[in-house]
Amino acid sequence: MRAQAKLGLVLLLTPLLLWLTLLIFIPHVDMLLVSLRERVSAGVYRTSLANYWAFLSEPLYLRTFMRTAVMSTLATVITLLIGFPVSYYIAKIARGRVQSALFLLCLVPFWVSELVRTFGWMILLRETGIISNLLQFLGLVEGPVEMLYNDAAIMVGLVYTSMLFMVVPLVTTLQTLPDEVVEAGYDLGGNSFSVLREIIIPHATPGIVSGCIVVFMLSLGNYLTPIMLGGKDSLWFTELIYSQFIVRFNWELGAAFGFMLLLLSSAIVWGMLKLTGQSLERTVG
Amino acid sequence: MTPDLECQSLTKRFGETLAVDEVSFDVARGSFFSILGPSGCGKTTIMRMIAGFLEPTSGDILIRGKSVLDTPPNKRPVNMVFQHLALFPMMNIADNIGYGLRRAGMGKADIARKVEEALDRIGLPGIGHRKVDELSGGQKQRVAIARCMVLEPDVLLLDEPLGALDLKLRERMKVELKSLQAAFDTTFVYITHDQSEALVMSDRIAVMNEGRFEQVGTGQDLYYRPSTAFVAGFVGDTNRWFGRIERVEGDMLEMRTESGMTLRGERHGRALSTGDRAEIFVRPEAIRIAHSAEELEHFDNRISGRVTSLLFNGADSRILVDAAGSDEVAVNLPQSGEFAGLARGAPVHIGWSGAQGNCFASPEA
Repeated sequence: MRAQAKLGLVLLLTPLLLWLTLLIFIPHVDMLLVSLRERVSAGVYRTSLANYWAFLSEPLYLRTFMRTAVMSTLATVITLLIGFPVSYYIAKIARGRVQSALFLLCLVPFWVSELVRTFGWMILLRETGIISNLLQFLGLVEGPVEMLYNDAAIMVGLVYTSMLFMVVPLVTTLQTLPDEVVEAGYDLGGNSFSVLREIIIPHATPGIVSGCIVVFMLSLGNYLTPIMLGGKDSLWFTELIYSQFIVRFNWELGAAFGFMLLLLSSAIVWGMLKLTGQSLERTVG
Repeated sequence: MTPDLECQSLTKRFGETLAVDEVSFDVARGSFFSILGPSGCGKTTIMRMIAGFLEPTSGDILIRGKSVLDTPPNKRPVNMVFQHLALFPMMNIADNIGYGLRRAGMGKADIARKVEEALDRIGLPGIGHRKVDELSGGQKQRVAIARCMVLEPDVLLLDEPLGALDLKLRERMKVELKSLQAAFDTTFVYITHDQSEALVMSDRIAVMNEGRFEQVGTGQDLYYRPSTAFVAGFVGDTNRWFGRIERVEGDMLEMRTESGMTLRGERHGRALSTGDRAEIFVRPEAIRIAHSAEELEHFDNRISGRVTSLLFNGADSRILVDAAGSDEVAVNLPQSGEFAGLARGAPVHIGWSGAQGNCFASPEA
């Protein structure tokens, strides 16, 4: 019986272990090894931290990383500010069919690929695009307006791409908040602001934290949106990694970049959790 | 003295349905008032209108003589203990109780003192730092009441707060709620579908059905002198027969039931005349049981039959007697144990006086 239970456990765990080792553990170990190699001459390598040193000593790399982190944080905050009222409406105010319809509407844009969605924004925002034409038609502007290729365009794209990943955890946690508890908050003398601050937000914290982590990580690792909507000055860290691997064919430095991205983003998430007094166990469990 | 709470022709419509229909009542200061009714009768709607979560379609609500219709729920001198208590799980007990005081802008030291006092009052001193889910059901109940009582409301509304508790605890909480009400000396308005909760705790009870109050009175009034057939059937257990009136003599009357028995009952001043369709209610404990028909000769209703079921329930044990026709009559067994040996199928004689049979007009079937 006990041997059987053990076998069952092993069989159940096998796919997970395979997935973890083959797709996550092994590639990362390999990446780490590659990143620790320094090319001395053609075909000759030695182990050193030179690639990491290159990252830290070149201001362009560091600044691009900082820029990416700050923009991603900002995108996360904006997504939260837009997503929270939307989620509250879906979870607590809308009822029955309206509720499911609204939730579905949040999902619909994700039926097409990210590439197509981003092209959609380009059609709207470009010089000959819909918004530019509309403004000219209304006589609000003289000539065509270029709204693409700047940080604001990237921000719009990032928030749009991330919205679902904020709304889903928020709706899920807000739905578990009983209406009674909100009513009790009012009944005992609270106004909308204090009920939001003392009751709704504390209840929704696990959803807020997990939504923010996902959105932050997705924005940080996003490649398409910054490339397509950003201009020449809008460098994104993933572009650096891409160019090291594909353009410069410098896998060693690219791997080091990849590792720095992993380390620094983990550090930022950890720091944010500490700063807001949350723990990952509380959020996930 | 102006009553603490007064509702004047309170009406609430949800679209086509009339949830509350011209309900008027008042609740004297410091009393325990219950609204008793089956689920869906509109009692929760009344409570939510008093608390301010629903706007009445018409009518007025006065608290201590002042209309509160234009006062939002967070400003009304009324607090509510919710069905599932609605304690704030994100706060500890002290913060839960202090929530309303913080909203009222009271200083930290005062809040701490008041919270301690409230915890002493409900007999749970020193649990302020505990979390909500560390408390038992009964403790949560008391905390939910304390959370409202620290605000010293004019009226405390309770929306079936005992519903989620198990039976033993519910019995204890009934007594406890009554003594808490006496200790805080506040007006309680309690809604429930459980008649025993209403009967045990209340000074006055309103029985509600389909949006209207059927009768308002003390527990004894409702139990012994129900004024409508619904109240007679809803409050307490009862035997019920339908039939047609054959004879009326003053307040006494005779009815022939659908199964052919002739029963005597009293109409208590209600308009009933020969030929009317009517129903008679007789409580199981009003029926006497005997081994021989002679012992029951002084009763004007007598039936001989056989025991079809024994329903043992301690002090509230009863038997079902097959009464010649098709009806089964529930009869309480006397506590003396005299009939403890009764077996299924045994012949018994039962009887009751006509005054015990409450007779009401019944709509034509």
